[in-house]
Amino acid sequence: MRGILAAAGYVPYRRLQRSDIREVMGSGGGKGTRSVASFDEDTTTMAVEACRLLGTDLSPDSLWFSTAEPAYLDKTNANAIHTALRLDDDVAAMDVGGAIRSGVGALRAALEGNGTILVVSSDMRTGLPTSADEAQGGDGAAATLVGDGDVIASYLGGASATREFLERWRTPGSNRSRTWEDRFGESMYSPLAEQAWTAALKTADVTEVDVLCVAGMHTRSVGRVSKRLGAPRTIDLSSTVGDTGTAQAMLLLVNALETANSGQVVALVSLADGADVLVFRAVRAGIPKRTVDQQIATATDVPYTRFLSWRGMLTPEPPNRPEPARVSAPAAERGSDWKFGFVGDDRPLADTQGTIVTFTVDRLAYSPSPPIVFAIVDFDGGGRFPLELTDVDADLVKVGDRVEMTFRKLSTADGIHNYFWKARPVR
Amino acid sequence: MSIKDKVAIVASSCTPFGEHWDRGTDDLLVQAASEAFEQITAKPDAYWLGTAQSGMSGITLARPLGLDDKPITRVENYCASGSEALRNAAFAVASGAHDVAMAIGVEKVKDSGYQGLNAFPIPGDGTGRTLTAAAMFSLVIPAYANKYGVSEEEMRDALAHVASRNHANGAKNPRAQFRREMSKESVIASPKVAGSLGVLDCAGVADGAAAAIVVRAEDATKFTDKPLYIKALSFVAGSGSGLTDPSYDYTHFPEVETSAADAYRQAGITDPRNAFAMAEVHDCFTPTELVLMEDLGFSERGTAWKEILAGAFDLTGDLPVNPDGGLKSFGHPVGATGLRMVFECWLQLRGEAPPERQISNERGLALTQNLGGYPGEMVSFVSIVGTDPG
Repeated sequence: MRGILAAAGYVPYRRLQRSDIREVMGSGGGKGTRSVASFDEDTTTMAVEACRLLGTDLSPDSLWFSTAEPAYLDKTNANAIHTALRLDDDVAAMDVGGAIRSGVGALRAALEGNGTILVVSSDMRTGLPTSADEAQGGDGAAATLVGDGDVIASYLGGASATREFLERWRTPGSNRSRTWEDRFGESMYSPLAEQAWTAALKTADVTEVDVLCVAGMHTRSVGRVSKRLGAPRTIDLSSTVGDTGTAQAMLLLVNALETANSGQVVALVSLADGADVLVFRAVRAGIPKRTVDQQIATATDVPYTRFLSWRGMLTPEPPNRPEPARVSAPAAERGSDWKFGFVGDDRPLADTQGTIVTFTVDRLAYSPSPPIVFAIVDFDGGGRFPLELTDVDADLVKVGDRVEMTFRKLSTADGIHNYFWKARPVR
Repeated sequence: MSIKDKVAIVASSCTPFGEHWDRGTDDLLVQAASEAFEQITAKPDAYWLGTAQSGMSGITLARPLGLDDKPITRVENYCASGSEALRNAAFAVASGAHDVAMAIGVEKVKDSGYQGLNAFPIPGDGTGRTLTAAAMFSLVIPAYANKYGVSEEEMRDALAHVASRNHANGAKNPRAQFRREMSKESVIASPKVAGSLGVLDCAGVADGAAAAIVVRAEDATKFTDKPLYIKALSFVAGSGSGLTDPSYDYTHFPEVETSAADAYRQAGITDPRNAFAMAEVHDCFTPTELVLMEDLGFSERGTAWKEILAGAFDLTGDLPVNPDGGLKSFGHPVGATGLRMVFECWLQLRGEAPPERQISNERGLALTQNLGGYPGEMVSFVSIVGTDPG
């Protein structure tokens, strides 16, 4: 039986209260929250997080990574994910690039292909201050292990509908997306969704759907299509996580599978430059290390101004210290087990928790978001390493706190991202 | 084997330390070298230049001094680069390879445009620690307080005493960067830089140069009637294992303990607390000086904070520490600091310090302790000099 062997979503720790936007800017915003990737996260690091939450020994034949916000162009971002997950070097790693549709596209290709494929999609969404994209967007990642055997959800079939129309676009390098008048998109998506839905249900040989997930950046259409297609239960993360773009289709599916009863039919509809519908039957509970709902429940707000500075929309004065030097490519390659895999003395420190022995707050050192909180960490089972802490509030850190490891971007110099591991409180 | 009584210092000099916007590395080197040259008739036949990052190769010294075809070696060992120059120059004359050698150290820090000290970026994999020295040394404060049951207030008080006393000493030193007395209250109230370390817990960042000329001990009196004899030179480079050693607790610096023990062995000192007229130690941050008092054997473990508060290491105490103001207020031009410490020993043991800070030199021995790096990953130098030819 082909389908999904494991599924997990990653929702970053920080939330922006949408009401904060209006408070600062006088307009924009809305109700609820959106997820916010930290200053040291990008789509690559979030993809690593999602894969690590799968909670299973990963030995895929290939790793496919999709995002509309790649950390690098030309260079394959999936390689860093591959190495951070300590996958064997005979595992192919590739980026499925560019558009929001690539997320659901990679998932469908894996489901209808062969072998065991780790499919991960990740995105960071924002727009100009007060824009709808800023308020309604979200940051996050989702991963599924697709293959044959002991699946948590079997794939029943899928269908697509494609048409060329200009509804949302962004040129490379731009910090905002543009959209055509809202109603035009609605007139396009509704019939495309209808067409793909009918075809998919026929292919899947089902008439009733128990759980419905509708993903898409075109909010009006998502609302309308959800209502029109109808299902006893609809997965909706818009008031908590927001719309995570390329990751959204899989993130909704993950959340559906975490909560579906076995036997239920789960349909995933993605509206992005066409419509894609994938139909599954839940076989057994697919509970990752941390569910999407658990991550939604353990979050801390980030002030709007800090969110703006993290996204490069607002530039506070940095400490008057030199910026970090760029990473040496040969040195990074020689040390890739350490740098990306965090393997020290043949031990996977990445998967080992530790305890804070002592810590300090460095207000002088360069950081993209000062100050740096830095701790001496003793690892369970022996070993010590000094590590930067992340996803913490400096005032709340205590000696003796338990920490776990997380793959992050320390800095960027000469266009080279310096990835390494940090520690964060166990939550 | 030891270097004891084989080498003598016959000249010593030091420029004022400070933000010398109007003077470059060349100017500072020329001033320090000239002032040392003036003290003796012979010219050195070999040179060791200590600088962390104000120049590379011996040419950095040869060019401004107009030295043609001399053996000039540039040495670097973090903030102990100046001491390293002295050590190598001493070994050169002791071996007989040279008769007169100059050790000179310089740093032109204030041309960088940044606050604090900044290391050259060496190409690497990007996983190295990126903390400032202030942050690394700030780890000592809670560790020491917890281990010895010292309250936060007592700790603050003791550290502020170190800063305040070194400022008071520096105020009596015309070459010092900061010549203003600083109350303990203002030290405690200074803006935080890292952990509970405030700006006024940190050494001054300064430009400057210092020099010393060494000869074999038997030749010393040909050059000066008041030479200082080298009783010990010890230097150790730690392996950096403290950073990953779960037994390391940030309340002591093993590299300093090792170099101190070695220096005491060389000099035959068994009771360091009562051996010296004075000590110059590497007070890059106030908690560093606190720990050094114990690592150097001046105080029992866990008691230095009390002795500091009791004034034992003040100018009027039984063992004056940093009578010239230390790194704290004299300033810290990295490559010059080790030789600046020697310069204060030179003044004090010869009775040539300004009267307002001249201490009793009855004991006739002085110690310098100079370190580089951070807790867990450190180089440490200890020298002992004295007036007795032995």
